[in-house]
Amino acid sequence: MAVKDYIRERFFPQMWCPGCGHGIILNGLIRAVEELGINKNDIVMVSGIGCSARISGYLDFHTMHTLHGRALAFATGIKMSRPELNLLVPMGDGDALAIGGNHFIHAARRNIDITVIVMNNRVYGMTGGQFSPLSGYGSLATTAPYTNIDHPFDAVDIAKSAGATFVARSTTYHIRQLTDLIKKAITHKGFSVVEILSQCPTYYGRKNREGNAYEMMELMKQITTPVGSKAKKENPDLVETGVFVEIDKPEYCAQYEKIIERAKKDGLVRSPSTGRGRVSPGLG
Amino acid sequence: MGKPKLKEHKINRRWCKGCGICAHFCPKNVLEIDEKEKVVAARPEDCIACKLCELRCPDLAIEVITK
Repeated sequence: MAVKDYIRERFFPQMWCPGCGHGIILNGLIRAVEELGINKNDIVMVSGIGCSARISGYLDFHTMHTLHGRALAFATGIKMSRPELNLLVPMGDGDALAIGGNHFIHAARRNIDITVIVMNNRVYGMTGGQFSPLSGYGSLATTAPYTNIDHPFDAVDIAKSAGATFVARSTTYHIRQLTDLIKKAITHKGFSVVEILSQCPTYYGRKNREGNAYEMMELMKQITTPVGSKAKKENPDLVETGVFVEIDKPEYCAQYEKIIERAKKDGLVRSPSTGRGRVSPGLG
Repeated sequence: MGKPKLKEHKINRRWCKGCGICAHFCPKNVLEIDEKEKVVAARPEDCIACKLCELRCPDLAIEVITK
């Protein structure tokens, strides 16, 4: 299938600013799905609020545009009722780690088979360039004209410690790696997080004098290094990219299915076919 | 199988926003932004069909068609 088969052409040109990195993530995501050969009717994309969340409108999957930060709660519900579907949840940095911080860590803890793509542009772009928990100490924003004194989260560290079983990071500059990591995350059985550093030339770039879209992408090339590289030891300020965690752990929906089977065996759940079985409070 | 050769650059001028990412990262300097702030293939004969422009375009506005 061609790229055009995965998009809703009637909504193009898309509404993101010229040079916005979110478009590059959209591009990479389509190619990842295309290369994996997944039927677009087997994919559900659930997004929250923000620039990043607009991505669900442009893609011709089953899509839901939900509450700010709560996309993972909706996605959990869909996955639990239809475990055979592939769940994709694109989130902004604020959507994932500020407004939806609790949903994020607990979905990771459960290891439910959902793929989260954190589109990190380090700013709240849609509402006018306020600083987010990933803006970083010393950065400038419309709400931090004298520099931001908040220390940032590291999305990868949070995902790791919360229990995600696949954690990776890439940037919009590294387009082939970005596509490759999204492919790996979708294939992985369990909670997968891919953080993608994205550029916001309109707010973050302009306020922090990082230049236009391609200059910001050049900067991403300079500040990143492959995970475990020698360069990181020499310069600890470099941001690592690549796969950080890839482990097998019991997946939530599969475990829940086993619980249902056990309960059925014990006769705690009434069998839908025979109508027999003991009904206990809360389980009937 | 030989290397893919360029047939044409299919540019959707209605979708292009002229951000210049494709032109900047083109290894052979094939693309340019014109006076209407849209991309044009100024030197298509130099194109090596690496498709980096197509992969990085945020607006899905450029496609490299190969023979």
